[in-house]
Amino acid sequence: MNFAIQTRDLGRVYKIRGGKKNEPKELAALSNVNLAVHQGELFGLLGPNGAGKTTLIKVLTTLLAPTSGQAWVAGFDVAKEPHKVRPRINMVSGGEASGYGLLTVRENLWMFAQFYGIPSTEANRRIKQLLEVVGLADRLNTKSSDLSTGLRQKMNIVRGFLTDPDVLFLDEPTLGLDVGASREVRRFIRQWIDADRSRTLLLTTHYMVEAEELCDRVAIVNQGRVLACDTPANLRHHLQQDALFRLETTPLNGLKVGAFRVLPGVRQVTHRPQDGFAVLELILEEDAALAGVVSTMTAANISIINLQKREPTLEDVFVDLVGQSMEEVESHEA
Amino acid sequence: MRPETAPPRQQPSATDRLHKNSGWRLFLQTVIARAYPRVVGQQRERSWMFFDVVLPLGSVIAYVCVYKAIGAPDDYVGFVIMGGAMTAFWMNVLWSMSSQLYWEKEQGNLALYIIAPNSMMAILLGMALGGMVATTLRAVAITLLGSLMFQVHYAVASYVQLFTVFILAMTALYGLGMMFASMFLLLSREAWHLSNLAQEPVYLLAGFYFPIRNFPFWVAAASSIIPLTLSLDAMRQLAFPSGAALGFLSVKLEMAILAGLCVIFLVAARLLLTYMEKLAIREGRLTESRR
Repeated sequence: MNFAIQTRDLGRVYKIRGGKKNEPKELAALSNVNLAVHQGELFGLLGPNGAGKTTLIKVLTTLLAPTSGQAWVAGFDVAKEPHKVRPRINMVSGGEASGYGLLTVRENLWMFAQFYGIPSTEANRRIKQLLEVVGLADRLNTKSSDLSTGLRQKMNIVRGFLTDPDVLFLDEPTLGLDVGASREVRRFIRQWIDADRSRTLLLTTHYMVEAEELCDRVAIVNQGRVLACDTPANLRHHLQQDALFRLETTPLNGLKVGAFRVLPGVRQVTHRPQDGFAVLELILEEDAALAGVVSTMTAANISIINLQKREPTLEDVFVDLVGQSMEEVESHEA
Repeated sequence: MRPETAPPRQQPSATDRLHKNSGWRLFLQTVIARAYPRVVGQQRERSWMFFDVVLPLGSVIAYVCVYKAIGAPDDYVGFVIMGGAMTAFWMNVLWSMSSQLYWEKEQGNLALYIIAPNSMMAILLGMALGGMVATTLRAVAITLLGSLMFQVHYAVASYVQLFTVFILAMTALYGLGMMFASMFLLLSREAWHLSNLAQEPVYLLAGFYFPIRNFPFWVAAASSIIPLTLSLDAMRQLAFPSGAALGFLSVKLEMAILAGLCVIFLVAARLLLTYMEKLAIREGRLTESRR
């Protein structure tokens, strides 16, 4: 089996200034990460902001040295053989402002193609071809500083695909894009990987839909650790025996979600206060456990506005593994 | 699954699907591509005509007025204009070379330069060449305007030597810029502060507006580490009738020292770049400001 990416007990610890008595504090951004991504796979890293996804991409793209463990990309050690890794990879980050505003779209892309040794004629041919695919052909001679955020991100995406890398890293590629532009970018990514299975794509996202729709396999990451790794369907399958409910209720009136978590048969509860009402997501061992939740609400004078039983999503898998929704994790981190 | 040894190499590779140059061709492509935005940018951002020609000319005029008021020899006017033209190069090295990698980091370009298979030396060389071409236009404009305004009389002793000194000066100066760029790779906003700090003292030490022979010998000798010091002195000696009499060292010796500085700065830039890149990767400082 050919692995395009492999990591073994990979770790990265940052030293941060400003600890007690100005001693450097340590922050483990990655801990014992073991991953194996097959050649031809579209692999997703799913996790909240600050989970370690970008740090992992930086290590794999030779921008950051691991502090423990090893990682290989296209069969080469990223720490010991970075010069063999680099011709085979490329990377695009969401919201990046790379290139030069004074240059046109074509000139910016041509410049980056030169850094990979692509002859000018071939680079210009590919630029035109790829810009047509992403619907940016009419902006060939527009200065990149005149592009909107969405169009600029499309240009960045083209920059990543232009060099036809063996392994492409996309870090939150649809960050800041509107729904339509995100859909187009996702469609293009899928087409690219399907067109030639000798290519591999690793994508980080904190959008569940993106991971579900695009990825062959997904690793769920939190606090620098890989919590689970499988196909989206298999990850959801673990929750098939559970009963998942979405409840819209009147505001909780100070009642803590912990009051539900201690009830028999309740596995996880997340709470999202909305304008004038509350949303509770419940993972229960069986339908019957709902009775206890309803009783607790009634006792606290909380009314149920809407109750819906539903199929598990990757968000539920995350909640089941971490005990909190991504939104909650991100707000705690903040 | 964990490998006990490194996993097998991936086949086929990107180079099989799409032809990509490597070696000296890639180096050359990178140099040209990185020089391109600097040269083209100048055509598209015409504000340089005011900021980089008119403003420096203002300083030149002020010094010319002082020299005329105190009755300094006529050649001093030429000295000042030549110094004013060379300040454009110093400004370019300071702001568009030394602290450039800091801006590239902020913009997100540095990470893309590093992960590409090109050599970072080629990136620096491209920045230097592009900057040199663009700045030469500014320097020529300052020289022409200043010379016409004040009727400067040139008496070039040797065009070949003058050209050689200029080339040596540019190589050493941009070599110094590449060395600074490597040193500044780890810095955040400190790069900006350091550039600010270095700007004015060099105007004085390099003798932009007066012959450095006016300094005590050891001060002038120490200032010679700045490539513009000796190059300006040599060019003044070669371009003006009284230049030789006011020179610090002989032109040939100054050329030899400049050639030595070229080698020292370029080699130091290469070594520092390799070291700083490794250090930045180890400390995680290539893509973010200091933690």
